[in-house]
Amino acid sequence: MEHHQNCRRFLDSLSDYVDGSLSAELCRELDRHMADCANCKIVVDTLKKTVYLYHETAAQPSIPSDVRVRLFRRLKLDDYLEK
Amino acid sequence: MSKLVELEEGFSLEALQNGDQAEFARVVEAYSGYIYRLGMKMLQNPQDAEDILQETFIKAFHAFPRFDGRSKVSTWLYRIAANEALMFLRKKRPDTVSMETRYQDESEDDPEPLQIIDWCCLPEEELISDEVRRHLDESIEQLPESSKIVFILRDIEGLSTQETAEALEISEMAVKTRLHRARLQLRELLTAYFRERLPGTI
Repeated sequence: MEHHQNCRRFLDSLSDYVDGSLSAELCRELDRHMADCANCKIVVDTLKKTVYLYHETAAQPSIPSDVRVRLFRRLKLDDYLEK
Repeated sequence: MSKLVELEEGFSLEALQNGDQAEFARVVEAYSGYIYRLGMKMLQNPQDAEDILQETFIKAFHAFPRFDGRSKVSTWLYRIAANEALMFLRKKRPDTVSMETRYQDESEDDPEPLQIIDWCCLPEEELISDEVRRHLDESIEQLPESSKIVFILRDIEGLSTQETAEALEISEMAVKTRLHRARLQLRELLTAYFRERLPGTI
């Protein structure tokens, strides 16, 4: 793999790019760079997909009912258990 | 007459500070699912996650008189829970320190991407299966603790950079650096996993 000096320079900015929080100027530079650099394009795409997969598969924030009951009892909130 | 302060999330600060049980129960109802999920992702074990859940709310109840309402209740709870989880992990595995130091130096460069393989083209059902879910969890487990907690708060719990910094009492810059490092490391692990599933590979 050919190593571009530029790739190294952009590496630190990739998460900001994926989050859409990179400055407009750097964003344009990176877009231009990726048009010529297939490797960086792949790293960005797979980085984006990695974050996406964790978002998509995150469990709903819920707790098993027995865990909830034990929590309320431990906190002496038995009176508030019924939903 | 003092004005009643209603917190951003609709709880009464005064009631919580005064140890009002009904108000506390509302907080527990609203956030126990999130705290349990955090515990599960950090510790990967239902019993340990339940311990963290209980400890977090016990500590919160005792600490509410000192809660000033400057941060969200949820961010404040995440702070307690993150501390509990990190302490738990350190107690359980005191030998992780050496692993930690390899990644902890903020000034160090990010690890270079090693595997350049495009697996984005895999069909959605191959990207999101039960097996993949297990692999996603196992990959989180391999992260050093300091970036694992940042990744979970930012990319799973959906806290902002500022809220994560508040919860962990670190700078926003440190949040960004650790998040980026965690994502790069997870990308490597997922690439290693998916490369074998690409058509045409042996």
